[in-house]
Amino acid sequence: MFQLSTTTLQCDELKRTLSFAAVGAVVTFEGVVRNHNDGREVVALEYEAYEDLAAGEAKKIFAQCRQQFNILEAKCVHRVGKLSIGDVAVWVGACASHRDDAFRGCRYIIDEIKARLPIWKKEYYSNGDSGWVNCEKII
Amino acid sequence: MNDPKEINVRYYALLREQRGCPSETIKTNAQTPLELYAQLRQQYRFSLDTSFLKVSLNDSFGSWNSPLQDKDTVVFIPPVAGG
Repeated sequence: MFQLSTTTLQCDELKRTLSFAAVGAVVTFEGVVRNHNDGREVVALEYEAYEDLAAGEAKKIFAQCRQQFNILEAKCVHRVGKLSIGDVAVWVGACASHRDDAFRGCRYIIDEIKARLPIWKKEYYSNGDSGWVNCEKII
Repeated sequence: MNDPKEINVRYYALLREQRGCPSETIKTNAQTPLELYAQLRQQYRFSLDTSFLKVSLNDSFGSWNSPLQDKDTVVFIPPVAGG
């Protein structure tokens, strides 16, 4: 399951949805907005997503994850809109009977989401500048 | 020469800012997304070369050389940075 959210992520609630009798291991990941990147002081972030394409790609990522790892359930919620330092930008959770599949499944999902999903991040800097991450330096 | 097609183009992130709008419908003789991007890049001075972009056709990743059909929705995908 993949969702975009315009509001604060409720990580504890999300984690509870991965708790059922067959589960022996739950691994969760929270990506948090930090105050620096590439030597620059970051004061805020803005995420933008192409929702229909992201939903389709996420479905493929979850299917590929299930093929490779013996996970029972996996979820990811990604924020869009303006975020402050310390906000959770992305939450991933994977549960399995055993820890190895849960760890590897969670890692696979966040890595693939970062690499493949049409989501963009704009950084706002302390000097008033701003820029789209991965787009500006190659110009 | 084929009749011009009506193509829906949506823009995100840096391309949206450089174009100054999130979407538009374009009448074009471009036969492929590659040709369409070349036209739009010249018109709007987009900074990103196609080597840094992917393309989406009707909400799925597609090929730069796919033939465009009338009413297609095309999105040029700048380098992503989720997470």
